[in-house]
Amino acid sequence: MLTIENLHAQVEGKAILKGIDLDVKAGEVHAIMGPNGSGKSTLSSVVAGNEDYEVTQGKILLKGNDLAELDAEERAHLGIFLSFQYPVEIPGVTVTNFIKTAINANRKAKGLEDMPASTLLKKIREKAKLLDIDSKFLSRSLNEGFSGGEKKRNEIFQMAMLEPSLAILDETDSGLDIDALKIVANGVNKLKGKDNAVVVITHYQRLLDYIVPDFVHVLFDGKIVKSGTKELAHELEAKGYDWIKELA
Amino acid sequence: MEFKEKLISSYLAFEEGLDLTDTVHETRANALKIFEEKGFPTKRDEAWKCTSLEALIQQDYSIFPKSEISIELKDVKKYFLYDTDTYKVIFIDGVYSPFLSNTTHDGLDVCLMSAALSKPKYRKLINTYFNKIAVAEESLTALNTSYAKEGAFVYIPKKTVAEKPIEIIHFSSGDEAALWLQPRNLIVVDENSQVQIIERHQSLKEHPVVTNSVTEIYVHKEAYVDYYKLQNDLTTASLIDNTYIVQEENSHASVHTFSLGGKLIRNNLRYFHKGERILSTLKGVTILEGKQHVDHSTLVHHSQPNCESHQDYKGIFSERSEGVFNGQILVDKIAQKTNAFQQNNNILLDDKATVNSKPQLEIFADDVKCSHGCTIGQMDEEALFYLRTRGIPKKEAKALMTYAFANNVLESVQLPSLKKRINGQIARKLGVNLGFDL
Repeated sequence: MLTIENLHAQVEGKAILKGIDLDVKAGEVHAIMGPNGSGKSTLSSVVAGNEDYEVTQGKILLKGNDLAELDAEERAHLGIFLSFQYPVEIPGVTVTNFIKTAINANRKAKGLEDMPASTLLKKIREKAKLLDIDSKFLSRSLNEGFSGGEKKRNEIFQMAMLEPSLAILDETDSGLDIDALKIVANGVNKLKGKDNAVVVITHYQRLLDYIVPDFVHVLFDGKIVKSGTKELAHELEAKGYDWIKELA
Repeated sequence: MEFKEKLISSYLAFEEGLDLTDTVHETRANALKIFEEKGFPTKRDEAWKCTSLEALIQQDYSIFPKSEISIELKDVKKYFLYDTDTYKVIFIDGVYSPFLSNTTHDGLDVCLMSAALSKPKYRKLINTYFNKIAVAEESLTALNTSYAKEGAFVYIPKKTVAEKPIEIIHFSSGDEAALWLQPRNLIVVDENSQVQIIERHQSLKEHPVVTNSVTEIYVHKEAYVDYYKLQNDLTTASLIDNTYIVQEENSHASVHTFSLGGKLIRNNLRYFHKGERILSTLKGVTILEGKQHVDHSTLVHHSQPNCESHQDYKGIFSERSEGVFNGQILVDKIAQKTNAFQQNNNILLDDKATVNSKPQLEIFADDVKCSHGCTIGQMDEEALFYLRTRGIPKKEAKALMTYAFANNVLESVQLPSLKKRINGQIARKLGVNLGFDL
């Protein structure tokens, strides 16, 4: 699904990613953990195509396609979805209109007609139910005045609607109470299948109790310094990140 | 000969055929004196610092329209508000077009200024309101007054709701090489009455045209006026719009100005209060490209207690276009408990586009709530990235954000068919189809 080879990236001349290798297969859940400033969010931004970051070396492949020359929207059309740590507020555009625009933009890129309104509404209702989202919420302006939990739930709702091949969840657990966390995790679990993959980026092990990873990687100073199974996450929870720094 | 001289020396010819003993004519003659003395505003005038008329008045214009220019309905139908039945007062090159118009005297008057100025039955109204609402000393208004002869006249009697919106449209046919138009509108809305009005100026061919328009609006007690100005003209057309509104107690006057096209547009919008618990609403969306220039100059004079005013102007500027916003709020000492709000937000899409925004609050009362805010910025790159990660291409994402930016002005448009139309115009301007109306 996703292959990252020796990825180096910088922002404003400052190197952040210093040689990342990662191989995520369809059907897998990977967790990327690490202390603040280790490059976790940069990695997700670079994969999603944020032009603020410059890739200086290495490759990112999605389903065999080299992403180097592709814009963020083209990566989305290939099936990448990034759930933002801080979703952007867009006053004046309702959740429903936004999702409609996004879905039809993706369909257009695939040469498909717009989704019929009735199909779209049915799908919206179904996915909203899955994430315990009130219909009133759907006619509100996108993320405007949303609580932290509502914003994250809305991110997963968009993911559910867009059905990506690769979902990257950047700090989806931050700002969530335990009930919201369960709803979000439950949503993600229902959406994952043998044909798609999930990369969970998190500082804490907490979310991984609910979205159980097949592999855990520890990022430190722009490199993956250790990989393992879900037990590694427990080890990090128990021992903190200090011992990792010695590995680097 | 300078154009100013031409305007003054042509006045004798204009007087021919007019009743010179008439009080209205005295008003005209006085106005000409004011214009003669003051001339066109220049950049030395504080209120015209950012907008220069110099290039416009260096040209020569025809000031007397040729009569009998006929236009086929099919050629102009698209400028009318479709799917809504309306009263229409339509002019072609300054001359009334009975064929395109749909006036009425049934329960309310929607007719011609020339009729109102000459017929005895309107004499009282004319004496009470004509040139009484406008600031007569402003030179461009004085120039308009001196040549005031034609335009729309609307009178809504007490306790009357105009059931159809009124469209006032001035076409310029392009048959004259260059044309200087001076329409004069008077709108009087009596107690407890309501009216919706849409005004536009439209060239049908590329040719130089300058419109120096004056509209006086008197809003009596408990009345409601909902006024829309659609400015989406060709880039050879310029407009100086002088609109004056006097409001009495408990009235609401709302003006939306959509400036989407034209060469140079100056909107002078002035509100005056003559009673308490008045609500004044001023909203605008400006979207420009090329070398277009739009200047909004607003004044809300709070001279009575317990009144409220809301100003919200949004501007989106690309290429070398220029925007100016000058918003004056005056609160007299007596006008306690005034709520006056002003907001002017702008997005510059290109490095060469410019905006000059100047809030001007003069507050002499101590128990008031007044606020103003002004922003000039670029499109939020982070928000753009967010939309693009959802598969929305950059161009559509920008359009979506532009829509969103202008939305709170659009959402207060009360006429659904007008709202749809403006949405469509904005979408076309941005070159996208979003597939929904915000």
